[in-house]
Formats: sequence, structure tokens, C-alpha cells
Amino acid sequence: MFPNAFEYVAPASLEEAVQALVRYGDDAKVLAGGQSLLPIMKLRVAAPAVLVDINRIPELAGFREDGQELWVGALTRHATLEWDQDLVPRYPLLGETAGSIADPLVRNRGTIAGSLAHADPAADWGAALLALRGAVTVRGSRGDRRIAIDDLFLDVLTTNLEPDEIITGVHVPRPTGHVAAASLKLERKVGDFAVVGVALHVETGASGAIAQAGIGLAAVGPTSLRAREAETLLVGQQLTPGLIREAADLAAKAADPASDQRGSADYKRDIVRVFVERGLGAVRDRLTGIRAESA
Amino acid sequence: MALEITEPRPMGKPIKRKEDARLVRGQGHYLDDIKLPGMLYLALTRSPYAHARIKRIDTTRAKALPGVHLVLTGEDLAKLNLSWMPTLAGDKQMVLATGKVLFQYQEVAAVVAESRALAEDGAQLVEVEYEPLPVVVDPFRALEPGAPVLREDREEASNRIFHWEVGDQAETDAALRNSAVVVKERIRMPRVHPAPLEPCGCIADYNAARAHLTWYVTSQAPHAHRTVLAMVAGLPEHKIHVISPDIGGGFGNKVPVFPGYVAAIVASLSLNRPVKWVEARTENLTSTNFARDYHMEVQLGADRQGRVTALRVTTLADHGAFDAAADPTKFPAGLFSIVTGSYDFPVAYAEVDGVYTNKAPGGVAYRCSFRVTEASFLIERAMNTLALKLQLDPAELRFRNFIPSERFPYRSPLGWTYDSGNYAATLQKALDMLDYPALRREQAERRARGELMGIGISTFTEIVGAGPSNTFDILGIKMFDSCEIRVHPTGKVIARLGTRHQGQGHETTFAQVIAEELGLTTDDVIVEEGDTDTAPYGLGTYASRSTPTAGGAAALAARRVRDKARKIAAHLLEVRDTEVEWDGERFTAAGAPDRAVGMSEVALAAYTNLPAGMEPGLEATYYYDPPNLTFPNGAYVAVVDIDKGTGAVKVRRFVAVDDCGTVINPMVVDGQIHGGLTEGFAIAFMQEIAFDEEGNCLAPNFMDYLVPTAVETPHWETGRTVTPSPHHPIGAKGVGESPNVGSPAAFANAVVDALGHLGVTNIDIPLFPWKVWEVLRQHGVTE
Repeated sequence: MFPNAFEYVAPASLEEAVQALVRYGDDAKVLAGGQSLLPIMKLRVAAPAVLVDINRIPELAGFREDGQELWVGALTRHATLEWDQDLVPRYPLLGETAGSIADPLVRNRGTIAGSLAHADPAADWGAALLALRGAVTVRGSRGDRRIAIDDLFLDVLTTNLEPDEIITGVHVPRPTGHVAAASLKLERKVGDFAVVGVALHVETGASGAIAQAGIGLAAVGPTSLRAREAETLLVGQQLTPGLIREAADLAAKAADPASDQRGSADYKRDIVRVFVERGLGAVRDRLTGIRAESA
Repeated sequence: MALEITEPRPMGKPIKRKEDARLVRGQGHYLDDIKLPGMLYLALTRSPYAHARIKRIDTTRAKALPGVHLVLTGEDLAKLNLSWMPTLAGDKQMVLATGKVLFQYQEVAAVVAESRALAEDGAQLVEVEYEPLPVVVDPFRALEPGAPVLREDREEASNRIFHWEVGDQAETDAALRNSAVVVKERIRMPRVHPAPLEPCGCIADYNAARAHLTWYVTSQAPHAHRTVLAMVAGLPEHKIHVISPDIGGGFGNKVPVFPGYVAAIVASLSLNRPVKWVEARTENLTSTNFARDYHMEVQLGADRQGRVTALRVTTLADHGAFDAAADPTKFPAGLFSIVTGSYDFPVAYAEVDGVYTNKAPGGVAYRCSFRVTEASFLIERAMNTLALKLQLDPAELRFRNFIPSERFPYRSPLGWTYDSGNYAATLQKALDMLDYPALRREQAERRARGELMGIGISTFTEIVGAGPSNTFDILGIKMFDSCEIRVHPTGKVIARLGTRHQGQGHETTFAQVIAEELGLTTDDVIVEEGDTDTAPYGLGTYASRSTPTAGGAAALAARRVRDKARKIAAHLLEVRDTEVEWDGERFTAAGAPDRAVGMSEVALAAYTNLPAGMEPGLEATYYYDPPNLTFPNGAYVAVVDIDKGTGAVKVRRFVAVDDCGTVINPMVVDGQIHGGLTEGFAIAFMQEIAFDEEGNCLAPNFMDYLVPTAVETPHWETGRTVTPSPHHPIGAKGVGESPNVGSPAAFANAVVDALGHLGVTNIDIPLFPWKVWEVLRQHGVTE
């Protein structure tokens, strides 16, 4: 089908973009990569009166490390995060996550900030940014504000952004120590929405004990979820098979899935358990490899 | 630049497809590529309810939208006696709803506008007030007393469409009672959809001054559609010109006539302008013909040695709101009576009851010769259950029951005469390709380690090539097919056939057949199909019928050309007719092979230098009425590994040995096998058009109706045995549907085989990971 008729504006600056959002309010939608927005407009599920295309705003492009964190501009495409040779080794979860999103066409157009703003609980970035303890900066008519990822998602397809706010960038803390990550996703076919997704990010200190553990879950609740108790369990510990199994059980308890065509709630919860166990096993193997290399 | 294909004696050679020179460069010419001057666009307003009374339709706002030219409702069509139309199955179907709607997404109004976007806007502005009615989704519930009668237009106050049976019930029941072993299984073949990448559509271009309709349509059967249109719409048939351009996949979806077609024709007649209707993906999946939806119950009796004694099948066929199947008229359950498969069963009985429900109408034969897929799936699954019960290797059980090769032609207990086959050799070849005994040893070792590996076998027999005129017709029209060959003075040939390919490769394979018969190269022959003003009458392409019917016509028309050519050759060689020999490439004088003329010299002579009294020209037409159907068959073996943690099934290997008789082009056959196996894989693991209790379609787009990509698709290993059909002019049988018919059971049998030691005998397809996981959990298997 064709979308409903709409107006299209393409501001050249962030200021103009915010002005457009102020002017059109709820009638406007921000267009970045368009990989979620355009399909739902073509199904006439969404029918915004105005599209505000932010692709011509230079300050939203690129990424850089400053201070203690990585800043990723809102227009950064998934493919950049998948392939960039500087980023991928140091932020392995970004690379793993980006590489498993949809298909190459979507990855070439879709953006990390657009995905977060869309707030689909099955999306890959929400779970990954939870595991990474990320944040976003947004610009609105009242200026900039920073939102921790845990505070961004309110409900299915709902964030705490105001109608006149645009995500301008994503922040990821710079890892310290050794880092390993795993991203596991069950999908019915490639490019499908996740049946269950698990994002794991682990940093170890000098002793080899876990200094930082992040476990994000996709598609098992109204928003992306953090498996907080499992994370807490891991910190300060060595990754042993017993500990991994315990963390996997705790992570499954954190899931709050709904039964649907992709499987029952019991099924999805158990997949969280299986994936966290497999993922942490892979993380342990990778950390062992990294330690061996650096020794 | 076109490919040069100048190899002599092209029959049986892997010649590259002639049509690909344009298709792979994006230079095909599909329906939606056609834009006519002054063309308008049609969009349909569809019902959100599965069953509801229509209280009121208000078209005021739609008509007021600038750019809208016409809004049609069922009431408008009723004035033309066109609010209902006949289906090919002898039922009738609403074009635009009057009184009530019977399925979600049913066509309620049509809006014609300057652009497609405007037409869709207009369709949204048609206001319809509905009063929801009780919905019947479950076909078993549809037959219960007290179930709402859906089709109030019929005299019968029942949701039963038909009861059909075949075989000897009393003898079958007696044989089952006396059998040492009887297995029972309920086998469901769920509702799926052919989902061609190009959806259905048409352009109706009525010219009032000429009182002539040109109808461009995505049609697998353009002549049949012309005749149906003449009968339904009352237009003179010679003033209907049907053009079926390049088709982006059909798979049976493009055999029926759809409400959108009729609406577009009425709109063009009303407005005297061309009107295009092309369905969106959702419309395709939700309203134009599903396939399958058979609920089957099987009993298979056997003696202790595994010799089957009797087969009994009871089936409920869910046709949705209208029986819009495209089966030959005398076969309401298609050729389901092929259900005895490749086996020599002494007695069998099958019955099918067709049922109305509040779902989209159908069902078409999706890459299947009319319900053969359902039959094949049933018997191949049932044989698996019997093997489990007897603790007999499923390959061995099949060897013990195959129709022996020396018994052909074989008369089946349900009335078919199988032409030829060598089933044991075909299965043995598949087993050899895999080293089957080694796989069974590996399976035992893995099982001991707690790993789940399965091997599934399907040894199917198809029945294709409808068909002989004494048995097969559609609305009275006999199911022959045709070919006309014209040889131009320079020896180049144009051939036209009554079939219409949609990716099958006819432009190459039929050129090979004709070139072989005429001593030419494939490059010398152009094959043209799909234009009713130029092609001879034929029934179209579906049910793997093209090669068995039109392929036979092509060979026989070419032989007619050659017969005349022989006389001209005699004249050129200055010998008597009886002294001319044909060596496959040239005519020679008997006993003097150096005195020879080729077909191009003969062709020139046919226009320039004829024997006295001979009619000029070199052409022939043949209408081929096949004496019997053909029975392609194969042995498919799937090897799978199951992930105990997720229930996901990985197809490690898949071997397909097909016997389709004489092979015209092995590369085209392999292509057909690969495509059909991929569809069979999707049916086994990914696809179902499911509904919730309110009759909402749960797979209305490619987000939820899953089509496999290269990532999911297994690697296919193909092999062949060749047992020619004894009655076909070149011994060919048809192959396009075999992989879709035969493979779903191989996949399902493999998964069940992996779990057989747990006591599992059946899991309904599609084998989604969660379904396998549920079974594993029930049996205490976990990671």
C-alpha cells in the first residue's frame, strides 16, 4: 500500500528541526533511517501529517570518544557500528548487535538513535544499550537533557521523549579492563523480529574477577529489560559453570514475556535461560582467549 | 545481447534459459510495468470483520475526494447481475459484498481514481456500518448442530459443501479389522499461501468504439479466463483479447478469477478508460487463494512383516467462505485419490467433506496437481508411523510395499492407472547418495550422547498432466493443450502454445523439444505464450501439466512439420518420399548419406521451390489430448539435528532423487527442484495462515507469513532416475511440483524420527521451534 499523504520538511540544523517539531507537535514524526517508520506508514498503521527529515543535520553524524565515553551521533547507521575497525574490537557488543540487525539493506539505512526512539521491545539496540549502561542526549525546545537508558523506555513503542525532542546522540561508557560480549537472538527467519534476544557485556578487572556485567533482554517484556539480579550476582565473581547457570536462572526470572505466535511465555523465558547460559559461556571463552593473548 | 544457443541436438542438454537474458537484467515486462494512456487505478475497501451483516454503506466521502472517478458497491454490481461470480469449483463467490461479509478482508467496495495512492485514500473513505455475527473458524465446529449457517444464499441449511468418497469402504474396514497391526494418526496440513513475489493484478481496457476489451492479467490460464469472462460478463469472446505478460511466480495463485478482476472490468466498461488493479501483499495473503487446510485422519493396517493390508482416510477440507478451488469439475477433492502413493495396497477408501468457514476462499493447488500434496503428505507420514509401530526401518517398510517395477502399468485400488516407475531403484539411489547405513549408525551414537538427530524419508508418487478429455474438464472445457509451429523461409521458427509459463522455463525447454524434432538449435526457435489472439487454445500452466500436455503437442506439431518437410526434401533430393531418411539433423537420400538437406533449406523451398501441387508454407498445429496422466515420483531424504535448548531444527542434508521420465533440460529440472524444495521447507517449518477466534488473519504480511531466504534454505543435493512415460510423445512426465509435493513429509518424518525414541509419532507442521520445544519439555528433554 501507499502511505497517507504527508508533508515533508528537511531542516539543515538541529534548531530548525526542533522548531518544526514545536510547530507540528504530535502530527510530526522524525525521519532518520526510516526502517521502522516507513513500513508502518505504508501499512497505514502510522499516518503522520509531517515528516521531519533530520538526515541533513551535520552535527548528528559520526562518532567520537571523549573523556570516559563514546558518543555516537544519532544518524550513525547500524552498518557503521558493524564494520568500523576502531570501534568493533573495543566495543564488541556494538559490533555484534549491529551485525545481527535485520538484513544488510536495513543496516545500511537504519540508525541506532532511530531504533531507540522507536522503542520496540524486540529491537536489538535497547537490550544492548542496557547491557552497556548507555545513555542518550536529546534536544528539545527547552534545551539538551541526558537520559540514562534505564529511564528511556516507558512502555511498548513509548519513550519519555517529549514531542519536540530529538535524540541527538548515544553515549556508551568506555570499557576498562578486558571486555567480552555476546549477542544471541532467536528469530523465525533472518530479519524477523526477535522471538527472544539477549545482550551480554562483561568487563573484568586485573584479578580476572568480573568488574562490570550487563545483561539486556529483548522481546520479553513491554520494553527492553535489564536482568538486574543476574548482573549483581556476577559482579566480583569468576565465571564458573555453576555461576553461569545461576545467573541464567535469575535472568529468566527477570523476563516478563507474553505468549504469542512466536511461542508461549514459558518458552521465551526458558530461551532467556538457555541464551544467557550459552552467551556467558561464550564470554568466558573469549575472556580466556583475551587473557592468554595479553599474557 | 541475447545468449547464442546454437548447439545441435539440444534435447537433454543443460542449456541456459533463453528468458533469463531479459529477466535477470530487469527487462521483463510484468503487469505492473504496463501503463496505458488515460489509465485509472482501482483499490478495494475490505471488511475488518470475519462475519458481519452490512447495515449501511456510505460512499459520499469517497466520491467527493478529488481525483476519484467511480465508487462501486455490491449493489451497483447487482444491477449488472455481477455481485456474485461462479468459481471454477462450481460454487459462487461474492465480487463485492451484499448483505453480509463472510471473511476478514473480503471485498466490499471498489474505488477508481487518478492514481493508486488516491484510490487507496478513497477506499479508506468508504464508510461501512457492520453488525458483527458469530464467527466460525474451526471446520469441525462448522459441522456441529447449532453452528451458524454461513452461506445463507444456499438452499442447504448446512456448512457442508460436498461429501466425496472413493474406494471400497466395507472391504477396507474388514481388512483393517483383520490386520495384525493398525496405526491411526491425525495429520493436519495447515492453510498456506502460494505467495508469488508478484501479486495478482490486471488492467481492463475497454474500447467502446470497437466494443472490444483488452485484458492484461496475471493469468496462468489466459484462454480459460477469456472463455469464463465471455460466459460471465456476456461479452462476445472474439472481442476479448487476454494478454498475460511476464509473470513473477504463480504456483496456482493465478489460476482463479478474483473479485478485483471483475471490479476492474466493470469499471473500465463504465468509464471507457483503462483501469488497473494490482493487489498489495496483504491483499494477496488474505484474500486471493490460500492452499491446503486439510484435516486428515488415517488408518493403516499391516501384517507383522509390514505388508500394508488397507488404508482408510477421512478428511475435512476447510474451503473458507466460498469453494474457490480450481479443481477439475468432476474432482471436488482434486486428485486426492492418489493417496495410496507409491505402494501396492490391496484395498483403500478415502472420503473428503468440504466445509465453509469464515476464512478467505479457496483453496488452490499450490504447486500441486490438485490436492496431491495433501495426499502425499498423509501417506508418507502414515508410513512413518507404521514403521515406528513395527520397529522397522522406514526405508525397509517402503521397499516391502512398493509397486514392483514389472507391475506397470499399475491399476491402483482407487482407480488410477500409473504409467511407469522404478520406485525401489529411486529410493536406493537416494540412500546410496547419503550412505544411509552410516547415518543410522551416527544417529545411534548421538542418541547415546543425548543428541537429537533424525532421518526422514518420503517416497512420493505424483499424478500430473490433467488431462485426458474423458475424465478432465474445467467448466466443461476439456483439458487438452496445444502448439502451433510456423517455420519461416529462412528456417527460423516461432511456436505458440496454450500454456503460460511463470518461471518454468518454457521458452527454453519447448524450444529444445521443437528444435530436436526439426534438426534445429534452440536459438532457432522462439516460444511465445500468453496472448489469446495469437496462441492456439489451451488450458494453461498449473498442475505440472505443461510438459505432459503442451509438451506433447509441441513434439507432435513438430513431427507434422517434419512430415511435410520430408516431402519437400524428397523433391529437393530428387528421390521418392519413401527414399528419404531423417538422421536427427538432416534429410538424406536413402543409401547416399552425402546427399542431404537441412531444415532451413527445406523451409526456404516451402516458400520458393515446391513440388507440383503442394500447398505452400511450413506450419502445423497440434491439439494434444493425452491418453493418460503421468506419474512422476521421487525419493527424498532429510537429515536433521534438533537444538534441545530452543527446539530449532537444522536441516543438515537433503537428498532429492526425482524420476520425471525423459529430462528435456537437466538444469531447468534442477532449478524446479531447488525452488520447490525451498517452498516445501517453508511449509514444513515456517508457514501457516492462522486465524484467531474472531477470524482475524494472523499472517497478513511477510512479517508473519515467513518466506525463507538464502540464510534459512538448506543445501539441496539432487539426483535422478529416468523411467520414461510410455504414452507421452517424448516420455516426459512433468516435474515442477514434485519437490513441493514430496518434501514436507521428509522434513516432518526427520523431526519425528529424531524424537521417535521418546514415543513421539506426530508433530503438526509447521515445525516452529516452540512447537518442538513443547514436545521436548513434555518428554523431560532440556538443555
